[in-house]
Amino acid sequence: MKRKITFLTALLAIATSIYLIAADHNEALGVQDTGSDIADLFAYQSPQNSNNLVFAATVKGLLSPSATTNAQFDENVMIEFNIDNDGDAIEDLVIQCIFQDGQVYAYGPYAPMTTGLNSSIDTNAPLAQAGITPYGSNAIVGSSNGVSVFAGPRDDPFFFDLTQFGAILGGSATSFNDPGTDAFEGTNVLAVVVEVPKSMVGTGDSINTWIETKRKQ
Amino acid sequence: MKFIKVNKLAALLFIGALTIGFTSCDNDDDNTPDQNAVYAQEDQMGRPAVNTVFVQGARKDVFNVTIPSQMGAAFGQEIQDRLLALNAGYTTNALGLDAATFSGVLATDVLTVSLTGTTTFFDGVNVLTGRTLSDDVISTELLLIFGGPDGTANPGLTDDHVDGNDKAFLSTFPYLASPW
Repeated sequence: MKRKITFLTALLAIATSIYLIAADHNEALGVQDTGSDIADLFAYQSPQNSNNLVFAATVKGLLSPSATTNAQFDENVMIEFNIDNDGDAIEDLVIQCIFQDGQVYAYGPYAPMTTGLNSSIDTNAPLAQAGITPYGSNAIVGSSNGVSVFAGPRDDPFFFDLTQFGAILGGSATSFNDPGTDAFEGTNVLAVVVEVPKSMVGTGDSINTWIETKRKQ
Repeated sequence: MKFIKVNKLAALLFIGALTIGFTSCDNDDDNTPDQNAVYAQEDQMGRPAVNTVFVQGARKDVFNVTIPSQMGAAFGQEIQDRLLALNAGYTTNALGLDAATFSGVLATDVLTVSLTGTTTFFDGVNVLTGRTLSDDVISTELLLIFGGPDGTANPGLTDDHVDGNDKAFLSTFPYLASPW
């Protein structure tokens, strides 16, 4: 009993700092409601080709269908997939995606000129390009040198009973419901998906990957 | 015969010159991306919900502009404090990690992805070898935070009972379902 009370008290103390939490949607005030606000990252072996890896990033989470009509990628924001293939959590390769005039440009995978917080694009890096798929249209896919790219609005693939978790943290509930309620049901995101041959990202057993959004200065 | 060959060569050279000319024009085209710009980091993410759950207040913005190789030193202790605030009874989890070790794993916010085997956040056998669209990542994380050494502790907190997405994923690229 004492342990339970301690636990709930601790939850209550932190509840005030949480208003909306998800995978990474809207998590920090500095990026909230901007084109650089990452919602999610996925990386997995391609269901179509076991020699390929899929990288998928989503931004601008929690779009209603009506808001999706006019939702656009920020042309000043780069979405950068980082790949570490020697285990030091420093990027050895990047895939840099930028958006301009209805097109997505995906450079890489290639070794970046610099690592860390600031990036530029090597104009000689391999490029895959596609039109950004408009809301309501069939997916437009661009491919070059074995790399495929897609960008456009999609259903948010994330699912979570965020509301009940908030109630637990707030002290008004002590457990999840069964069944739970997906707080992301019926909401969209802007997604960029890149599929690349595994041979382009590393030769070892595994890689580490993470997503960064970077704004043009 | 020889004359024709020369003409062909001249034609090829001419076409080549045109191609080079167009390539040069493309580089100056206003519609191509600005390739000299510097882009500065604003947000970062590896595994789901690490910054969201384990870092608090204004520190979330700091976390977003900390490079992963420095995250462990910069955030390991506060992530451990937060883990123990969420679950004061934490001893170890189903991965056998004590609070300090688990916090160290969480702090370096990168997603490990296998190049040789199954890629999944957790499928009952493999753990943290990638993340597919359908992986129930939140329930996995709840289990590791609240479930104790054998996953049976705090049973009301280890599964949100939302086990799948609201739309079926596609079997072909780009895999994510069309928007609502």
